[in-house]
Amino acid sequence: MKALKLLAATAALAVVSTAASAATLDDVKKKGFIQCGVTTGLAGFAAPDDKGVWKGFDVDFCRAMSAAIFGDPMKVKFTPTTGKTRFTALASGEIDVLARNTTWTMSRDTDLGFEFVGVNYYDGQGFMIRKSLGVKSATELNGASVCIQTGTTTELNLADYFRTNKMSFTPVVVEDSAEARQNYDKGACDVYTTDRSGLAAQRSVLSEPDAHMVLPEIISKEPLGPLVRHGDNKWGDLARWTLNVLISAEEMGVTQANADSMKTANNPEIKRMLGTEGDLGAMLGLGKDWGYNIIKAVGNYSEVYERNIGPKTPVNLARGVNALWNKGGILYSAPLR
Amino acid sequence: MTIETVDTQPKPNLLNDPKVRAVIAQIVVVVLFVSFVSYIVSNTAVNLEKLGIKAGFEFLGLQAGFMPTSPNFNLTGFDVSKDTHLDVFYLGLVNTILVSVLGIIAATIVGFFFGVLRLSSNPLLRFVAAAYIEGTRNIPLLLQILVWYFAVLLALPGVKQSINIGDMFFLNLRYLVIPAPIFEDGFGYVVTAIIVGIVATVFMVRWARKRQEKTGEQFPVVLAGLGLIIGLPVVTLFAVGVPLSWDIPALKGFNFQGGVQVISQLTALFLALTFYTGAFIAENVRAGILAVSHGQTEASYALGLRPNRTMSLIVIPQALRVIIPPVTSQYLNLAKNSSLAIAIGYPELVNVFMGISLNQTGKAIEIIGMTMGVYLTISLLISMFMNWYNKRVALVER
Repeated sequence: MKALKLLAATAALAVVSTAASAATLDDVKKKGFIQCGVTTGLAGFAAPDDKGVWKGFDVDFCRAMSAAIFGDPMKVKFTPTTGKTRFTALASGEIDVLARNTTWTMSRDTDLGFEFVGVNYYDGQGFMIRKSLGVKSATELNGASVCIQTGTTTELNLADYFRTNKMSFTPVVVEDSAEARQNYDKGACDVYTTDRSGLAAQRSVLSEPDAHMVLPEIISKEPLGPLVRHGDNKWGDLARWTLNVLISAEEMGVTQANADSMKTANNPEIKRMLGTEGDLGAMLGLGKDWGYNIIKAVGNYSEVYERNIGPKTPVNLARGVNALWNKGGILYSAPLR
Repeated sequence: MTIETVDTQPKPNLLNDPKVRAVIAQIVVVVLFVSFVSYIVSNTAVNLEKLGIKAGFEFLGLQAGFMPTSPNFNLTGFDVSKDTHLDVFYLGLVNTILVSVLGIIAATIVGFFFGVLRLSSNPLLRFVAAAYIEGTRNIPLLLQILVWYFAVLLALPGVKQSINIGDMFFLNLRYLVIPAPIFEDGFGYVVTAIIVGIVATVFMVRWARKRQEKTGEQFPVVLAGLGLIIGLPVVTLFAVGVPLSWDIPALKGFNFQGGVQVISQLTALFLALTFYTGAFIAENVRAGILAVSHGQTEASYALGLRPNRTMSLIVIPQALRVIIPPVTSQYLNLAKNSSLAIAIGYPELVNVFMGISLNQTGKAIEIIGMTMGVYLTISLLISMFMNWYNKRVALVER
């Protein structure tokens, strides 16, 4: 069935790509919504709630883009993609933007023909294991069976890590995160490996989260970010500056709650962001209040983070390196001017 | 008076000539087809270039960098430290062929067994066969694969609690591990003995058939054949001092080490394919047997042949020519259905090559093309073999 999807996507490549390489922003405005690719369901990052409304960290990025363009965060259609189908979906024009904890790598940026607009989560690959097995470090994993999602950078990192440490492993390759969890929960594999944010999300929905632990080793750099197709720089700019607004707003202390009062704040950069001074929106082909709309709709980066994956949620991820640059992290936005 | 005969029939319009029209129609169809194909090809090429995607097969020589299969279930000896995407292709191909061949053999046996059982005079047996056939035939194969894997095999005990069969075989939710034979010096004699046994049996069968045609005397072909094929190698084995030892699996760390592992994904896929296709073959077999007129059986009984001999000498040979063609298409289905393994992660072609390699390299068109080529080739080979076999068993009309 996946094969069929791929085939269809390939065929679509031939038909749709004329439209795809044209101005995406115009297309989006014409059809009235953004087509956003997300995961097939990963708690905290992208998953439909009990009313069928998509919620999550990655989902909020697409909502922010929708708010910037339409002034309404709900004008997004979500397309669930697997690790395998996501790139074909984006390349063929089936989706306009992919926000699906995707690692920014050189070959994806160049050879696959995509444009990463920035990093919204700095991650690294880790291992989750049952506490009862008594393993304290990833170097003790020789001979283990490892559950792994196909079509990801984790697959390559895993092979590299075990080779470097002269260990062997048995891959149990699965298609999506739900299937991976099922295999891991039943014991078809000893270890589950993916990005540590993903491990935290998966652990929160296991039958007994406390019986499992994430090993201390981080075996790779995984800068996760949204991406668009090569060749439409205007659309890429829009996505990049949406992300920068989220981060800048946190830097400047603008929140969903105080966005209205901040409009008159005595700070030109805040005024530029909220559209009361200058006209940054016009440079992107948007209205003056695009930045205000983003913050009013989803809040700043910190609010998006705390609402979906922060320490008070079941996913329970501390900010760590994802804190702002002036608070001990590496999150940094280019200036809005 | 003479009447002049005039050829009053007018010369037909060229367009009304059926032969000419047929030729024109064919030319039009060919032109349309060729232009359609070239449009698709050029359109794809243009758009790929527009997207900045380069087509080509260079990626096959690049190092794959991932491990597509368990090191204990690695038929092609895949080495992650240097093997390329071409080796991934090769590994997937071998695994596809493995499960297809095993499935075809087992489905044939299951199919014949239940096909004959469904015609049994015992109502209970008949009911069991009918229930199996109707049950499996009418449930989607993907569902059956998932049930076998998730509900049956993953319900087995974990690795540490493996079911221990005589300290040699261990069964758990991940795999069945069996001792692996280690051949030592001198085992070549035994292999030679097996070959000699097979060749001798072939000659013996020919000789026995000729003798029976001439004199009517029968020769115990089966017994003598077994003696040659099994007895001779066994005698040789002991004569050269049993140059054979066993690699007994043992639990070390997370998994068993040593022996041969039959992974659960293979078992689940094999069982699902066997029982699903077996049900269809059973119906083909039943149809074939029913197609042989009952008069043949009665005539055979009248000649004094026992029911077993009647079945094997009179009914089955005639039924085969009805059975073979539909069974061929079942074999083709089985080979193609093996690609559903992707649902449970058995490392066959679609899973490892069209799945992982495609995603790591992004070469969709090349990889999907190669994969389609493989299935086409496998299907054509099965078809060719079955057509050849069908010719052999077909009635020779005189």
